[in-house]
Order: sequence, then structure tokens, then C-alpha cells
Amino acid sequence: MAKWGMVIDLDRCTACQGCVTACQAENNLPPTGAVEADRGRNYTWMEMIPFSGEGEHPKPIERLLPRPCLHCDNPPCVKVCPVGATFKNEEGIVGQIFSRCIGCRYCTTACPYTARYFNWSTPKWPAPMSDHLNPDVSIRPKGVVEKCTLCHHRLQNARDQARAENRPLRSGEYVTACAEACPAGAMVFGDMSNPESEVSKLAHSRRAFKLLEDLGTDPKVIYLREGD
Amino acid sequence: MMQHVHTDPRRGLPTAPSSNIRPPIEDIKLLEPILYTGPKFYITVVCLLAVIALGVFAYMTQYREGLGVTGLGRPVYWGFYITNFVFFIGISHAGTLISAILRIVGAEWRRTITRSAEVITVMVILFGVGNILIDLGRPDRMLNVVLFGKLRSPLLWDVCSITVYLTMSTTYLYLPLIPDIAILRDYTTKHRWLYRMLALGWTGTPRQHRVLELLISVMAIVVIPVAVSVHTVVSFVFAMTIQPMWHSAIFGPYFVVGAIFSGIAALIVAMALIRWVYDLGDYLKDLHFNNLSLMLLVMCFAWFYFTGSEFLTTFYGNEPAHMGIFWMKISGPYAPHFWVMVATCFVIPVAILCNKRTRTILGAVIASICVNIGMYLERFIIVVPSLSQPRLPHAESIPYSPTWVEWSILAACFAAFTLLYVLFTKLFPIVSIWEVQEGRENSIAEVTARLKTYLPEPYVPEDKEQPIGATP
Ligand code: SF4
Ligand code: SF4
Repeated sequence: MAKWGMVIDLDRCTACQGCVTACQAENNLPPTGAVEADRGRNYTWMEMIPFSGEGEHPKPIERLLPRPCLHCDNPPCVKVCPVGATFKNEEGIVGQIFSRCIGCRYCTTACPYTARYFNWSTPKWPAPMSDHLNPDVSIRPKGVVEKCTLCHHRLQNARDQARAENRPLRSGEYVTACAEACPAGAMVFGDMSNPESEVSKLAHSRRAFKLLEDLGTDPKVIYLREGD
Repeated sequence: MMQHVHTDPRRGLPTAPSSNIRPPIEDIKLLEPILYTGPKFYITVVCLLAVIALGVFAYMTQYREGLGVTGLGRPVYWGFYITNFVFFIGISHAGTLISAILRIVGAEWRRTITRSAEVITVMVILFGVGNILIDLGRPDRMLNVVLFGKLRSPLLWDVCSITVYLTMSTTYLYLPLIPDIAILRDYTTKHRWLYRMLALGWTGTPRQHRVLELLISVMAIVVIPVAVSVHTVVSFVFAMTIQPMWHSAIFGPYFVVGAIFSGIAALIVAMALIRWVYDLGDYLKDLHFNNLSLMLLVMCFAWFYFTGSEFLTTFYGNEPAHMGIFWMKISGPYAPHFWVMVATCFVIPVAILCNKRTRTILGAVIASICVNIGMYLERFIIVVPSLSQPRLPHAESIPYSPTWVEWSILAACFAAFTLLYVLFTKLFPIVSIWEVQEGRENSIAEVTARLKTYLPEPYVPEDKEQPIGATP
């Protein structure tokens, strides 16, 4: 069984926010406008967050770090959901059932990375955008929680394709929109359970670290430190 | 007037009610609120209904537009509604718990106050649950909690224990009400169908009394662990997450203590209002307020002890994520809330209640109102600061301020609670009549007998004539 994960090389990342935009287009994230964004109501499944976890004291390096949902292997958000609307599947993807979520927002408060988003109102897109929504991704109604799904629909499409051609899924066939869009090649996506895959080799490099590792959430999105 | 009732032939009612049920002649005052309704009542009801209507309108707006009409956002996903939930469940604690404890220890002064305490529990718990439902993004999917319930979620623990608690405390309110309902059925004319139904055929036979008293004492014992569990699980909603200043083992007992604390305060305010509105100074005496004030005073110190432990542990441990929240409360944006809380939960009530001269009914009421304001603030600064400075992203902190929707719903909750309470006093005696009757009849003898057993038998010299000290 595959274990999907991602490595983000901070040495390559230029903080261009290509991944953020790609994610928004791919996953039908509605634009909210400045006023709502000021109130913490924007949707950024992939978000650039200020991070000062690197560098030597007293001169830490302040930088921006792309943060999707980290698809924790021990996800605090899944434990607390009273209806099982968020779950971890056998391939390690932490998914969200929009049609079951009751909107209690317990998962959003339990996620230590603040990687979950709540639909404060019915999403709206201005005129030209509304014609170009991705048909593979469902539109979330108001009142439910959403978050990065690791572009799960792409996995389904790739599987369907492979099944139609009567062959196993090939490595590299399933890539997330952010990894695909990154112009610097800073994001590597793939099967962590395969020791030969690029992603698992990078995940075991000396530069690898996990966000808030001491919490024991065991994220499957792994970062590579600058340098070397 | 009473006599007239019994001879009313048109209704075909028993003209001589069962002799086992004593007429409430001596306590006729307790029936006055039920028998007479003045203009003041209607004015109160209209005012309360107006506030409730505002809350309903606010909720309709929220239902239509989504939770965007509140002041919530990322990362402060929880605000007033969750604070209300914890606050109301906390208040609901006192009633049943105090009444159960007083019954178990056989405190005779309980007789006139247990009912008003038990009613608080039942009425207020509805608003605790209600606020959770108001907080849901998709209240229409509420039943998913039953259909897909996952027992590993602390929210489901809440659902279970609150349901049990609501059922039990309703039963515990209802059982001692039965003999009083029978009195109303037999000696009044209003709402007869209701009383006949609710009296469950009570005729006051000795056997019925035995069964009832057994049931009440069993319930009094069983309801205590349930009450403690309820507030413990409410705290677990926070403590089970790994968020800074939530993830703490002290939360269970801390919440239970806070709940009893605010519950006693609410009871004092309610009793003072009942005493004032229905002129029941004969039933709710200075003694009751004095005893409850002393209980409140003890809880002040208990609360201070827990708060002190919590903050000292955090401060000494000095973990950055926790300290961020700590300083937000001590000297940051939530400092006004924090210091007002310390003043109203500890400094002011202790100053008032420690002094015998200020420990009057008025003093107790002022202290109680302070405590409830303080306890609301305490719940607020438990819920909000921990959310407003998450571990990641650093440096992101969007202040939370509730909108008119949240304020209106809060006001409506208080108004609706008051309305339910007022309606209860209009339908049922707010002081237990039969328990007062029973107290007058039996307790004095019982207590005298009990007191005798506390004391050593007096030494009786065999030879009564012999003066003490004289050698035989
Ligand atoms: S990052 Fe947050 S939302 Fe994603 S799996 Fe971990 S706890 Fe859940
Ligand atoms: S908001 Fe939805 S996904 Fe999150 S805990 Fe509640 S029901 Fe589960």
C-alpha cells in the first residue's frame, strides 16, 4: 500500500507563491476579498507562513514556508471529530467528507498547524472565474470544514486511467497541483513507502525536518533545511 | 376560596380529597404565585419575549448567512457560543449537586431551597446544549452525531454525559414535585388536567411515601457522580487537544470547582429574586443565604487555589507556546478580562463574605453577581486566547470581537432561561410544600432524637441519693 507524502526543499523554494495559486485554482477555493481576509476568513489550503525555525541564535533566518495540510500520520484533527467527517485512509491521506461534517470546528481548533478552513458563508466567484471551476472537485457548502486533500481527485483520475489501460499505477502519474506548479522544483511528491522513490530518499536526507516534530503528529509533508 | 373548590359539583371532582394529602393551609403563601397573576407578570413576560425575539432574529440571520455573521475567523474558531456552553453547563451544576448533597447529609435547612436549585439545573442545561447547536455550521446535520458518532471524540463524551445528566436531573426535579402536584390537583382549580396527569395518581399513602423517598435518595446518590462527570468531560473538550494552555490535567477538577462556584452564585441570585418577587422571606431566610454565602466563600478559595496552580505551573515550566498565551492573559490583550476576573471571582466576594456585617442578603447577591461575571470571563479567556495565538503560523493573531448576533443570542439565552424559570414558578410551587409540612411534623422530633445519639449517654449513678464524690 502506498503512503503518499511530499518533501518541500526550502533551499529551492523562492516563496513565489506559485503553489498557493495553483492550489486555489485546482481546488475551487473562493476568493474572499480584503475585508474578509482581514478577519481570518480566506481559504489557503496551501499557505505561505512566516517561519523562524532555522538559523543560529541570535540571528534566526526569517523566511516564508509553504504549508499545506501536513497529512499527519497521527492526526490530532481526526481523533476529535465527533462524526468521523475527517479521517485518515489506508494510504495515509487525511480526507474530509464535506457532506457529513456538522461544522462544529473541533478539528480546526485541534490542528496545531491551523491548516483547516471553515466555510463562513456560501462561496462565491466573480463572473469570469465562476465559469472555470474544476469539475473534479466538489464545491463546499457554507458551514463545513475543508482543507488540503492532497489532490485526492488526481489520484482517483490516475487510478481510473490505469484501470482503463489495464496496468498498475505508475510512479509520477499522481502528483499534486502544487508540486506540479512549483517552478523551482522545490516540491517532490510521491510514495513514501517505496524506499526507491525520490520523495522517500529526500525525506531521509540529513536536511530533513518536520514541523513541530515534538508534538508527535508525524507529518508526511517533510521539509528540507537550507544549506548543504 | 379553597372550600369553594371542593364543593364545585360541575367538575365532578372529589369533594373530599384523599385524606392522606394535607391541605396546604399553613403554606398557602406558596400557592399564591400559582393562583394569582398580576400585571407585573405580563410585563416581565413581554420584556423577556422581546429579548428572545431579538435572539431568534439573530439566529435566523446566522442560519441564513452562515457563521460569517459572527466575529469568528481563523484561528479563533470558537468564541461566545462555546463560552456560553461552558458557562451554562457550569451553572447547571449547582442545583442538583447542592440539593443532592444537602439531602444526603440530612441538612434540615435544605427543605425550602432544594426545589429552586433543582429547577436552575434543568432549565439552564437546555441553554448549554442549545449553544453547542447554535455554534454548529450545519445544525441541519445534527443527527449525524447519532448516525456516525465516533466515541473517540470528547464531543461525543459530552453528548452522552449531558444527555444522562439532563434526564437524571429532570427526574430528580420531578420526583419531589409529585406530592406537591397532587396538592395542586386536589386543592386548586387551575390547569387541573396537567396536574392530574403529572401527579401519577399520588394519594400520599405511606407506601407511596416510602417508595418516593427511596427513589429520591437513590437519585440523590447517583446524580452526584454524573454531575461531576459532566463538567469533567466539558473540560476534556479542551484538555484532550494538544493546544497550549488547554492540554492540562488540572482542567477536569478546575472546571468542576468553577461550575459549583458559579452554580452557587446563580442559586443565591435566583433565591433572592424569588424571595423579593413573591415575598417569601419566611421561607428563604437569612440563615439560608448565610449558609450558601459561606459555601460560596469556600469555593472562592478553591477557585483561587486552582487558578493559582494553573498559572504557576505554566509560568514555571516556561514553554514558549504556553508562555505566549500566558502573557496574553496577564499583560496582553486579554489582561483586562483576566484582572477583572481575579477581582470579581476572588477579591470582591471574599471581601464581602468574610465580614459578618456585609454577609447580608444584599452582600451575598452582589458577591454572587460578581462571581458570575468573573466566571463568564474565566470561560472566555480559557476559550479564546489559546486559539488566538496558535503554534503555527507564528505571529498571526486576529483579535476576536463578538458581533451583535452573538450578543443578542447571549442576551436571549439569559432571557429565555429567566422566562422558563418564571413560568415554572407560575405552575409549580418553588418551595416544596410537602417537605416543609413534613419538616414541621417530623423533623423536630427526628433531629432531637438524632442529636441525642451524637452525645454520650449521661452517667447515672446507681444510687441516686449518693452525692457525687462521696465514698460509698
Ligand atoms: S496538519 Fe492539521 S489538518 Fe492536517 S492532518 Fe495534521 S492535524 Fe490534521
Ligand atoms: S468541523 Fe466537521 S470535520 Fe471538523 S470535527 Fe466538526 S464535524 Fe468533524
